[in-house]
Amino acid sequence: MSDAAHNDWAPRTTPRRTQWFLKPSALPGFGITFGFAVTYLSLIVLIPLAVLVARASELGLDGIWQVATTPRVLAALQVSFFISVAAALVNALFGTIVAWVLVHYEFPGKRLLDAAVDLPFALPTAVAGIALAALYATNGWIGALFAPWDIKIAFTPLGILVALIFIGLPFVVRTVQPVLQDLDREVEEASATLGATRTQTVVRVVLPALTPALLTGVALAFARAVGEYGSVIFIAGNMPFVSEIAPLLIVTKLEEFDYAGAAAIATVMLGISFVTLLAINALQAFSRRRFGHA
Amino acid sequence: MAIAIRAEGLAKSFNGTAAVRNLDLEVKPGELLALLGPSGSGKTTFLRLVAGLESPTAGRILFDNEDATILSVRDRRVGFVFQHYALFRHLNVAENIAYGLRVRPRATRPADAEIRRRVADLLELVQLAGLGKRFPTQLSGGQRQRVALARALAVEPRVLLLDEPFGALDAKVRRDLRRWLREIHDRTGHTTLFVTHDQEEALELADRVAIFNLGNVEQVGTPDEILDHPATAFVAGFVGEAVRLPVNAAGSSLQIGPHQLRLSCGNVTGPAELFVRPRDLALANDPQPAIPARVLAVRRTGPARRAELALADGLPPVEMELPAGHAARKGDILPVTLVNLRLFASR
Amino acid sequence: MRNGVLSESPAVRRTLIALAVGFLALFLVLPLLAVFSEALRRGFDLFIAAFAEPDTQAAIWLTLLVAAIAVPLNLLFGISAAWAVAKFEFPGKSLLVTLIDLPFSVSPVVSGLVFVLLFGAKGLLGPLVDDWDFKIIFAVPGIVLATIFVTFPFIAREVIPLMQEQGTAEEEAALTLGASGLRTFLTVTLPNVRWALLYGVLLCNARAMGEFGAVSVVSGHIRGLTNTMPLHVEILYNEYNFVAAFAVASLLAGLALVTLVAKSFLEGRYGDQLSRAHRH
Repeated sequence: MSDAAHNDWAPRTTPRRTQWFLKPSALPGFGITFGFAVTYLSLIVLIPLAVLVARASELGLDGIWQVATTPRVLAALQVSFFISVAAALVNALFGTIVAWVLVHYEFPGKRLLDAAVDLPFALPTAVAGIALAALYATNGWIGALFAPWDIKIAFTPLGILVALIFIGLPFVVRTVQPVLQDLDREVEEASATLGATRTQTVVRVVLPALTPALLTGVALAFARAVGEYGSVIFIAGNMPFVSEIAPLLIVTKLEEFDYAGAAAIATVMLGISFVTLLAINALQAFSRRRFGHA
Repeated sequence: MAIAIRAEGLAKSFNGTAAVRNLDLEVKPGELLALLGPSGSGKTTFLRLVAGLESPTAGRILFDNEDATILSVRDRRVGFVFQHYALFRHLNVAENIAYGLRVRPRATRPADAEIRRRVADLLELVQLAGLGKRFPTQLSGGQRQRVALARALAVEPRVLLLDEPFGALDAKVRRDLRRWLREIHDRTGHTTLFVTHDQEEALELADRVAIFNLGNVEQVGTPDEILDHPATAFVAGFVGEAVRLPVNAAGSSLQIGPHQLRLSCGNVTGPAELFVRPRDLALANDPQPAIPARVLAVRRTGPARRAELALADGLPPVEMELPAGHAARKGDILPVTLVNLRLFASR
Repeated sequence: MRNGVLSESPAVRRTLIALAVGFLALFLVLPLLAVFSEALRRGFDLFIAAFAEPDTQAAIWLTLLVAAIAVPLNLLFGISAAWAVAKFEFPGKSLLVTLIDLPFSVSPVVSGLVFVLLFGAKGLLGPLVDDWDFKIIFAVPGIVLATIFVTFPFIAREVIPLMQEQGTAEEEAALTLGASGLRTFLTVTLPNVRWALLYGVLLCNARAMGEFGAVSVVSGHIRGLTNTMPLHVEILYNEYNFVAAFAVASLLAGLALVTLVAKSFLEGRYGDQLSRAHRH
């Protein structure tokens, strides 16, 4: 085979030149793939996000603080934050039950249900939004059940909760499920031979082993819920101070060409996401160190 | 003599496949009994049946002549040590050992100070004093196994059950732990069953050995009985390094290939199986009846030298230990005779 | 059996199953049924008529176009990033992997906003773009950019862990046997990750066609020009044209169902060739 044939994809990485950065490898193609990946990442993600931060920093911390604490913005941030927490907690409970049932029990339709858990990942948020609004409106299939008691769900904060539960559910199920699956059966047996009841085994052995995954799932669901827009706006009613979420306020600011205000709210939301993300990473690092798995 | 554990007509099948069939076994109080057999012979299933981790398809298990079959795992008070330790990863060593005491109902749960004292004693016993605050992931395999044993001992079990306790450890650690387990057993005197597929381990460690095959016990006996007087062809073939030769027995003579040996075959007649270990063969002195065996190879195994011999065409080669200084070489013809006879009628 | 010490009693078991099934039915199955039921509420003819609308057809075409640009670009990125990350050792690797997931933690609205801040009328590059007479915001390029942003990690995060697991031994073997770099990639690496790639493409495509928030911010909602299907659903819905809104929504729901079925099929059939998180 000719020498050119060896070189037809990318220039061979010359170990001497790149050694300070790249460990020597027999494989070719580092330069072009790494270069493309980093350039594309920068153009699409990093530079645009940097512009956002730069735009917000023009206001300074004081300016951001001022925007964030105007009553309407503060109310919207609180609505987004607290309802996201509530939805994540509901999902923590029911998501764990769903994962438990899918891992431990056999029943007809189980595979179908397992696949359905991913629906919120696959269903466009706008579709979810109008479907939930139709269901939970006072004349909808579910809303009508609550109407006699004068409980309104759609177009109230409860509606936001419903949408955020929908959006967050798969995050909890899909992080808890594999850990539950891999949980060593012998550990539960060991607990039983030591005299524990089933309840004691679940509470003292299974749930603690599940906790890091559960917290991760809850944090992921929360992070997603805080930023969620499409599924919420159709069912929220969008009343300022009551059921207006922070992302909607960004859209409103943009429509008023208040770019700085929009950037300020966005920065606060990014801050919340990053703190959540950091918490997740710290949690997983801790769990890997302590338990040998994430 | 009292019986600590008795299995009566015990059977267990999984989805129609029998793992244990109609098994009877008696374990004496305070003895260390090894359950030895090839994989799939039902030894682990039997151990789990004793523990109550499986429920039998038929038969029953008695602890001290009292039916334990109706008791759930948690009421049987067995100490079970799993092959992969099954330690609780979110609890530290001390908490792992204390677990069995802490889950007791309040009425029978020892006071905190008493639990701490017991944990400290057990850590001492398993030579892990000072490591109580460590987490399982911070321990070596051998240390984890010792924590698992301490955890099992903490509940003061009626019997101690170990499932391949040294299976996941490397050879050196295995040997150390083996000796150490024997010491612990001699000190605490628990009736102990342990599963292994390593015959060296079973024969060295146990008071008695139960040989498992196809879901049943072929023979129970001391290591000497098992090695010197195998009860069945399976046992003779499974323990020691035996080569199985098809032979023909006729009262006072044994036919091996084309050769006739004059010796008493006991009550075996007709087609039979002869199990030959290296020490069962010896060089024949002149007047003795002998088989002319061709030396295929000579090799060193530890302190001894062994010759690989062909007794006849079509028979598998056998090994014989050579006397010190014997100058056998490849291609030599040696007169050999049988000094030990392990003969079983063909089935 | 086993006196409920090693597993839950039948009563507890049935209760938990009922809770799980009830919860999933309430939050997942019913909304899906509602979409189709609302779409067909006034009969099949009106349902079909919704798709005869030129604006609806334009929205469908635009959605297909956007996905056809965004998905291949992200596929190329996913493969490049995976090759660089999985086959080589360099400092900052884990940072790179973390940054790839960044768009997942950004609100869709913020994802759109960053492009408005960059290319909008009062944006950083706005004047420059105006000079060239090339519209990005409130035009198709902005929609494409926002879509690429939100679907950015989908393919990379499927392929990177899998390629990392697979190591470099097979590629090195191919090279020692005289294969060229490209040939090694095409005949050794690619076949090993093809199902993971398909899996990623599937999810990436579903999100690209269904994205709402980010696209909504940059689109300008110009009927027939900058409306994707999800945006068109919103417009129809806000005009109280519920049948048409749910008809278009049912098409998107159908896409979601196809995605889920294909995804389950891949997990069941080729689970061992997907990244560990999706193995069963």
